Amino acid sequence: MIRAIALALLSHWRRHPGQAVTLLAGLALATALWTAVQAINAEARASYAEANALLAPDRLATLTSPAGRFPRDRYVALRRAGWQVSAVLEGRLDTADRRVSLLGVDLLTYPALPATLEDAGPDMEAPPPDPAVVLLSPGRLFADADTAQALQDPDLPPVRVTDGLPPGVVLTDIGTAERLLHAPAALSRLVVLPDQPMGLPSLSDIAPDLVLSPADAAADTGGLTRSFHLNLTAFGLLSFAVGLFIVHGTIGLAFEQRRGIVRTLRALGVPSAGVAVAMLTELLLAGLIAGLLGVALGYVIATALLPGVAATLGGLYGAQVSGSLALRPAWIAAGLGMSVGGVLIAGAQMVWRTHAVPVLALAGSEAWRRSGARALAVQSLAGCALMLAGILALSLIGGLVGGFVLLGGLLLGAALLLAPLLSVLLSTGEKLAGQPVAEWVWADMRAQLPGLSMALMALLLALATNIGVGTMVSSFRLTFTDWLDHRLSADLYISTTGPAQSTALRDWLTPRADTVLPIRSAEVTLNGQPGRVYGIVDDALYRDTWPLIGTATDPWDQIAAGQGVLINEQLHYGAGLDPGDPLQLMPGWSLLVVGIYADYGNPAPQAIVALDALLARVPDLPDRQLAVRAPDPGALAAALRDAFDLPADAILPQREIKSASMQVFDRTFLVTGALNLLTLGVAGFAILTSLLTLWTMRLPQLAPAWALGLTRAHLARLDILRAVALAALTAVLAVPLGLVLAWVLLSVINVEAFGWRLPMYVFPLDWLRLFALALLAAALAALIPALRLRRLPPAELVKIFANVR
Amino acid sequence: MAGARRATLRAQINDPGRPAVLLTIDSLTKTYPGAPHPVLDGIDLALDAGETLALTGESGSGKSTLLHLAGALDGFDGGEITIAGTRLSGLDDRGRAHLRRDVVALVFQQFNLMPALTVDQNLAFHARLAGRADPGWIGTIRARLGLDGLGGRHPEALSGGQQQRVAIGRALAMRPRLLLADEPTGNLDEDTGAQVLDLMLALVAETGAALFLVTHSDAIARRLDRRVHLRAGRLS
Amino acid sequence: MSADLCRLLCRWACLVLLALPLPARAQGFAALGTDAQDFVVPDPAATLAFPADHGPHPDFRIEWWYLTANLTGLDGRAYGIQWTLFRSALRPEPGPVATGWISPQIWMAHAALTTPDAHYVAERLSRGGIGTAGATAEPFSAWIDDWHMTGLPTTQGDALDRLDLAASGAQFRYDLRLTTKGPLVAHGDNGYSVKSPDGRASHYYSQPHYTVTGTIETPEGPQEVSGTAWLDREWSSQPLAEDQAGWDWVALTLDSGDRLMAAQLRDGADGYRIGTWIDARGQATPLPSDAITLTSGAVTDIGPAVLPLTWRIAVPDKGVDVEITALYPGAWMATSTAYWEGPVTVTGSHGGRGYLEMTGYDAPAEN
Repeated sequence: MIRAIALALLSHWRRHPGQAVTLLAGLALATALWTAVQAINAEARASYAEANALLAPDRLATLTSPAGRFPRDRYVALRRAGWQVSAVLEGRLDTADRRVSLLGVDLLTYPALPATLEDAGPDMEAPPPDPAVVLLSPGRLFADADTAQALQDPDLPPVRVTDGLPPGVVLTDIGTAERLLHAPAALSRLVVLPDQPMGLPSLSDIAPDLVLSPADAAADTGGLTRSFHLNLTAFGLLSFAVGLFIVHGTIGLAFEQRRGIVRTLRALGVPSAGVAVAMLTELLLAGLIAGLLGVALGYVIATALLPGVAATLGGLYGAQVSGSLALRPAWIAAGLGMSVGGVLIAGAQMVWRTHAVPVLALAGSEAWRRSGARALAVQSLAGCALMLAGILALSLIGGLVGGFVLLGGLLLGAALLLAPLLSVLLSTGEKLAGQPVAEWVWADMRAQLPGLSMALMALLLALATNIGVGTMVSSFRLTFTDWLDHRLSADLYISTTGPAQSTALRDWLTPRADTVLPIRSAEVTLNGQPGRVYGIVDDALYRDTWPLIGTATDPWDQIAAGQGVLINEQLHYGAGLDPGDPLQLMPGWSLLVVGIYADYGNPAPQAIVALDALLARVPDLPDRQLAVRAPDPGALAAALRDAFDLPADAILPQREIKSASMQVFDRTFLVTGALNLLTLGVAGFAILTSLLTLWTMRLPQLAPAWALGLTRAHLARLDILRAVALAALTAVLAVPLGLVLAWVLLSVINVEAFGWRLPMYVFPLDWLRLFALALLAAALAALIPALRLRRLPPAELVKIFANVR
Repeated sequence: MAGARRATLRAQINDPGRPAVLLTIDSLTKTYPGAPHPVLDGIDLALDAGETLALTGESGSGKSTLLHLAGALDGFDGGEITIAGTRLSGLDDRGRAHLRRDVVALVFQQFNLMPALTVDQNLAFHARLAGRADPGWIGTIRARLGLDGLGGRHPEALSGGQQQRVAIGRALAMRPRLLLADEPTGNLDEDTGAQVLDLMLALVAETGAALFLVTHSDAIARRLDRRVHLRAGRLS
Repeated sequence: MSADLCRLLCRWACLVLLALPLPARAQGFAALGTDAQDFVVPDPAATLAFPADHGPHPDFRIEWWYLTANLTGLDGRAYGIQWTLFRSALRPEPGPVATGWISPQIWMAHAALTTPDAHYVAERLSRGGIGTAGATAEPFSAWIDDWHMTGLPTTQGDALDRLDLAASGAQFRYDLRLTTKGPLVAHGDNGYSVKSPDGRASHYYSQPHYTVTGTIETPEGPQEVSGTAWLDREWSSQPLAEDQAGWDWVALTLDSGDRLMAAQLRDGADGYRIGTWIDARGQATPLPSDAITLTSGAVTDIGPAVLPLTWRIAVPDKGVDVEITALYPGAWMATSTAYWEGPVTVTGSHGGRGYLEMTGYDAPAEN
């Protein structure tokens, strides 16, 4: 019997292949979005795990010098004193078309080498590298396949491809690194190995200039990127919600259109349980097929988006993520689970209703579907409660999690409030309508609300997210541009090889330029995190242009006097420091905070003091950078290159730095834009499926109007108008929601995730564009049913009057 | 009394510009796609203004089809239908729609009200479309049909008899010259059906509309001026 | 450090150390190669020259400073220590010795302290060329990190006559003073020691006459100790023949004042033996392969390996027929190249103490 029922139910799909496609496509699309976000998350996390294992092996303590690189003698002295440390020399390596991180380690003693170093990457047959080849000149570079591409240079040692390295990182022996980085006998840091011998002398006796960073305080990409992933996960949940709307819509369509068959089956004596089982089985099958399609599609989407994500993480946090995607069971399972689970959640309630409703009631038009005023009231209450819960969560939980709960509460609450609000708006419109047709159109829209509200909620969420995220990104961009103008106020930025060259350049530049300023900094621990303190000389350049966002009186005088310190916004929020509070820069050296400056794009704490004061504490402060202000920077740069034998990248015009920065910025938010557009597309699709679902129920509503003298073309136009009007009303409601969203993102999420608060700028033109886009999406979605109506033979409409449906 | 009333009406119809014959059907044929025989096969029929005509026939004999064609709802294969001097064969979608909007009114077995609109809105809808909404007349009709107090309700909140009264009211509120009714009492119980029919005939008489009513009931047919019977696509 | 990382480190270290003679395992031969490539090969005509030969020989592939000591604490218990510095060249250095990270000299050291019921091991690895490890002949010093064997100034005699020796691990350390008035002993033919029937050889001499005083420290606390020590110096470029799977080596200090070095290079057949008899006056007599028998006792499973912890050693010409027994069975050197090395007591025709080293024994699972 089940077979007979199944055949009867399935015959529907044979007769309506288009609907089968819609159902599967809707499910697959929802699954795809969800899967793509999951896949990106999984890939990025795997990349960090790799990077963390290599760069901060098992969270070992490290020794660094506040002055930057330090002589190898320190290492030898420590080893000769018995300290078990391993030497690391790191640096940037510029190849023809790429800049990579060169990680030079003492391969003999480094505690965490990637597994594939000996296995020579994917080709397991290849023999392990010969130690003599790796350790002696010219040495070998190890990198993943992508990075290895960039290293094909006759001046560089041969490259071995290995799987175990994060992208953009080139591992090599420290001897090779020393040569490639032109840093003879210099080291970046020492890793303190876990097993130390008995009776060690104290560190401060042997290497007093090195600073021990305990294992926990070492920079951890995980902490920084967590917020970004919370962001992505939130996007994933949004996709999930939108996906559920679609699934709900498509299942609704399938059930609505087969009510006749079900009625016949039930009338023929098939028990309702049999029908329910058959339908659930069918749902499960649909979920599986669509799930597989969705996972495949999600893989494609993720593959397309991943380079953008990698750029975001690289640009914002310096975390390297592979640009290519690996199939991981976790997100495949998540995708299938979403599809099957979603279809079951959405379908179970339909099956239950079909199952529970008596045979005859199935014939009624939409008796079981109607949501009366009571339902709307309940929905309004639930929506308000959700919003309140979000606001409460922010004040009670606080932090990033509180911020995201607030976001979720606002979004879901607003979605629930949408139908009641629209209902009020539509009845107002109906009251104001003068024409009978207009009056009917308003009334009819209201009647359509229960069927369309899911799709409209999806549209609302997509639009609000679009406005919110768009406002955040645009505000950020505007602020960032302005900040760059202030921060990069010198005309030329010059890198030198060391103090000798710096002095020579300074002497040469002083008569030729308006201002020559040193850029000198030391690594320090600020608020328990690795940070940097800059020493500056008192100059109008700083006084006039430095982007201060909160100051005490005369901050620059106090800095110049060596009595004050400026801190960046990250440190301000991170440590809760305000102007007037003392900040410990080094043991025994504390200064009063006299101002806070914006420092976008930098996750670490930072401070600015007078150069003299810093030099008094760190005498061997590196002197390798100069900022120059000159009337004709181009000519000066050319003259400088002629006078000194400087490498090409030693002189950076301000313009180049700015454009590079903006490029990084724009790439950073590419993914956000793509996801936004996808979500909007999915919402459009939800409208389409909903309209198709409503189609069979629309005819009894449209046929009387047709019989009373409206043409089919007129009715079709009105149907498009209705969809567009509903979308327009939804879009209007989405604007305030989007702005609230933007505020939360800028003032709550950003502060928690990045440590900076941004001013909010509104871009009404963007809303207009989005508004038009929403109307277009709705019009496109309504076009198919409208065309169908336009071409519907009158005989089909006449049937409405002649037959019992 | 009935004869006197009819005479008055004829006088009206014979006014210049008003054809005495409201509906003419000439050699009308209609075959549904895929059907072996025509459902209507050479129908000839004329209906004068103010005249009431019953069309009877077996189930499936094509009664409703003929009615729908006369209501300019659907197209036909051969012959001609002329309503108030307008030939339907020459009309496009828009022309037929105008005819339905301005001249013809329909009452269906399924009532077919506009579910989104209230009773009052339904009652006035057709009249407002035709540009002939007369609040006084609509109020009269609502009262005559016993719908006072139900004006703010939606159709789904009404009984079948109430709904059909709204449908009749909607049709007559626009003062149609031709009222087409397809089994108007077919979905109602006997008592309600009788009441509804009485109301309809009375109001038709008052408005002077011609009535073309499809029914399978001899009792109902007998109450009309004239009756024709449809069998195997032909009238007898 | 996680087990995973530990494993990786060990694997990498093994690669580097394949060039060393200790892992005399079958798979080692492939990487090692059976020829000396461009390294200098031991020359039978060469004569030892001191103090120059106390220092490194970078034109040879491998070299070691290998010191073992049998000690007695003030508590009356027996202890043993090992201090070994290996030099391994990745590439011959015909010219001046390279400095900096790119030096081809790789240094590795093992230190161990054995008590009757415990064994402590530590290992150090370093590059040559940057100063963290190396050796010099005059003044004599061999070191890696803070482990060192340093010659103390002498007015007469050899540079090795007075040594400071120190090493430490996570759970132990020792700091010893070694002195001797005995002569250096050249093995084989004036220090040219043949290791296989086809003539593979090394340069090999010893200073077996040290008396020792100093302090050792274990988790139980420090202990004053005294005893005897034996230093081996050996360098070569190609120590093992293809069919040699490992060796068993003993250095025994007998109560009679005589000393015996005997070693057996295990091949598929009878094995190849070398030995030196050093009488109480320090006079050395090389022992040919057939003058020595080394018979292993019952094997014991000590966990990481299954190997014999007693041996019967006979040198009929010298009236020696003794049995040696390990002081502590678990003297396993769990270093990147693992082997057994520990103090032994001598019974039989002679009493005495000494050190036993066994390499090339497979782990039980692989046996």
